Amino acid sequence: MRQPIIEFNHFTFKYYSQTDPTLKNIDVTIYQGEKVLILGPSGSGKSTLVHCLNGLVPFSYKGDIEGELFIKGNDTRNLDIFTISRMVGTVLQDTDGQFIGLNVGEDIAFSLENEKVPQHVMKESVQRVAELVEIERHIDHSIHELSGGQKQRVSVGGVMVNEEVEILLFDEPLANLDPATGQYAMELIDRIHQETNNTIMMIEHRLEDALHIDFDRVIVLDEGEVVFNGAPKQLLASHVLNQVHIREPLYLKALKYSGCEIEPDMGLEHIDTLNIAEDCQLQLKQWYTKSMERGEEEAFTPLLEVNNLNFRYQQDPILQNISFSIQQGEMVSIVGKNGAGKSTLSKLICGFEIMNSGQIFLEGEDITNQTIFERANHIGFVLQNPNHMISKHMIYDEVALGLVNRGYSQKEIEERVWETLKVCGLYQFRNWPISALSYGQKKRVTIASILVLEPNIIILDEPTAGQDFRHYTEMMEFLRQLNDNGTTILFITHDMHLMLEYTSRSIVLADGRLIADESAVDVITNDEIVDKANLKRTSLFDIAVKVGISDPKQFVHHFISYDRKVRARWQ
Amino acid sequence: MAVNILGYMERTSPIHKLSGITKLIVFLIWSSVAMLTYDTRVLLVLLIASLVIFQLSKIQLKDISFVLIIILAFLALNNVAIYLFSPQEGVQIYGSSHVIWDGIGRYNLTWEQLFYQMNITLKYFVVIPAALLFILTTHPSEFAASLNKVGISYKIGIAVSLALRYIPDIQRDFRTIAQVQQTRGIDLSKNEKLTKRLKNVISIMVPLIFSSLDRIEVISNAMELRSFGKHKQRTWYSARPLLKADVFTLMISLVLFIAAMVITFHDGTRFYNPF
Repeated sequence: MRQPIIEFNHFTFKYYSQTDPTLKNIDVTIYQGEKVLILGPSGSGKSTLVHCLNGLVPFSYKGDIEGELFIKGNDTRNLDIFTISRMVGTVLQDTDGQFIGLNVGEDIAFSLENEKVPQHVMKESVQRVAELVEIERHIDHSIHELSGGQKQRVSVGGVMVNEEVEILLFDEPLANLDPATGQYAMELIDRIHQETNNTIMMIEHRLEDALHIDFDRVIVLDEGEVVFNGAPKQLLASHVLNQVHIREPLYLKALKYSGCEIEPDMGLEHIDTLNIAEDCQLQLKQWYTKSMERGEEEAFTPLLEVNNLNFRYQQDPILQNISFSIQQGEMVSIVGKNGAGKSTLSKLICGFEIMNSGQIFLEGEDITNQTIFERANHIGFVLQNPNHMISKHMIYDEVALGLVNRGYSQKEIEERVWETLKVCGLYQFRNWPISALSYGQKKRVTIASILVLEPNIIILDEPTAGQDFRHYTEMMEFLRQLNDNGTTILFITHDMHLMLEYTSRSIVLADGRLIADESAVDVITNDEIVDKANLKRTSLFDIAVKVGISDPKQFVHHFISYDRKVRARWQ
Repeated sequence: MAVNILGYMERTSPIHKLSGITKLIVFLIWSSVAMLTYDTRVLLVLLIASLVIFQLSKIQLKDISFVLIIILAFLALNNVAIYLFSPQEGVQIYGSSHVIWDGIGRYNLTWEQLFYQMNITLKYFVVIPAALLFILTTHPSEFAASLNKVGISYKIGIAVSLALRYIPDIQRDFRTIAQVQQTRGIDLSKNEKLTKRLKNVISIMVPLIFSSLDRIEVISNAMELRSFGKHKQRTWYSARPLLKADVFTLMISLVLFIAAMVITFHDGTRFYNPF
């Protein structure tokens, strides 16, 4: 008999600061040892749901609760956050922000310290957990020295060290990881589940990557309500994902586009288990040949050229012999391992850091010795976190800032700011305070504030990080539009499909070297590059091979252009 | 790339090996002596000692050049202010007046005033290396454990240690924000007028403060979820027992403290009077 471990009974929650409830009438029971995936677009209430489970709601974030929530048979209203946190362990999304200890051992030990565990017992427990999460060789290392994947393992360790924990909550564990590391993280979580038989609950909107391991159940939230609660295969065969704008696994999307009949028992959860009937294979091939079109090659002129760039930090070489060029009007992605030097490369191009040797040319002119300010007239840089860029209260002032400092006349500033706000779809908000905007809109403001300077090229660090699929599509379509209007765009990403979908060319970095500079499809289908740079091959390629399409790369191209046309209707 | 301006620096040195609490006590003794005494002889001995200790710690001058320049600038400002507001302070203290240069009204220059201001400057030079060393060589968590050991609530200890820990992070944020703002023409370099530069600093502080607030929310949630504050006491993973070297250091500094106090006060005044 399965033991219920979490029970929501007509559970409704409303933050004091809001007028409408964030969670509405949730009725869900989760059983001991289950692996549950929680999906939902931004603002659907999934974070709030997690907060309800770990006790941050209502102990840190106050609000009104109706209905009941039982954890291991206890009504959470009668518990306190410390009792709850002994049963429920949470791995937060922000891998950098949640560390308290300075080195690995100390951080893992943090909850034991608070439980007054004696030092020698603590050392043993830390050793045991470090082995479980495979970080035992780094126990004395400082957190700063670790890679993204290692950091995440430390935070899992910090939660697992408390032996009474029976429920593990993961808040977007894949968010900051490169594709290969993400895959490894999922496998680790699966192994922990097998070894401990804990209940696992995970929020993650990268569905295809999450389904790398088997889940017992998926819960889909939309606008605070549960719109689906069942087995992954049932979900994949339904229309729910499309309705709430969550990206379906790409191989599945291709099948749906081709008009195949989707049945839950086709092994939908994974490309390797996928079982495609013969008539369906035929349909897929037909869909592909029916609308095949070749992308036209255009002639370009070089805009930005990087020659033999070398950069060391203290004694360590960070980037070595990097050379590439970007053509006028291109949209190019920079991909690679966590810590391969992607951000450093873009900072060097903008002049934030001084390279040790090499040259940078812009439109044939050597800009190697230009200052940040001089380069900024031609090269714009948008940080990943919009909060790092916004310094004014009002949208207008924020966008105008660069022009004001360049001494333009009032009238010209106004014209250019309004023009830019129109391009960025922010014109209707021009008199709003920035604090009233959503995350994605803030990001647009930061892009507008760079765009207003009319740079020839814009560099963006992870333009879609932290945004759901719908906002992702909006952001990327917006960038494409800018690109169509002549702005050259270069961006850093971990999202393989983003790179495939929006960039003609990819620059791949691994361990400080440029290992590939070719079309995105060629990169993602080259196993050697994929391996070296911790990338992941797209399942579109795999499905094409599976049904015997002779040119799988062309199939990938075809899917992308078809899919984009379909999604263009969302806006 | 983060340039570490002021934060813990991992090195292998005898100073790093001392326990945090030892360094804290020595630092407190050190700065109280420097604050109490105006005795030039004591100050000179302390100055030499602090330079020697600095050498021992393997912290290089270039590691701290940025902070040092700021402190020196304030020191210069302080000296000018002292002279402007109280040009006869030295004369009053030492009870004599050897004029070097006759100025307008009370603004003349005396050996006494120069000597007095030299003592003030010496005091700075005695405290600065000690304070910097304390911050640069004490592992923040160990520091928290030490504070707790002398009876200060562990919550305060952790708060201080987190603050120390975040210094490098915030510096990194500051640098990134400053660089991005520079692209929009917000310049902090010497090319800009001072008033404009101060205004520009605000444009960097706003995003810095907001992103720091985000950081605080994340960390306080993370701590709460891991039982922080549950009990009145806690244990420490990185606590270190006091070693012989610690006891030895503490005893020496106590002896020095007493000696310094005796020398300073034996003639009934805090000032050493060569005149």
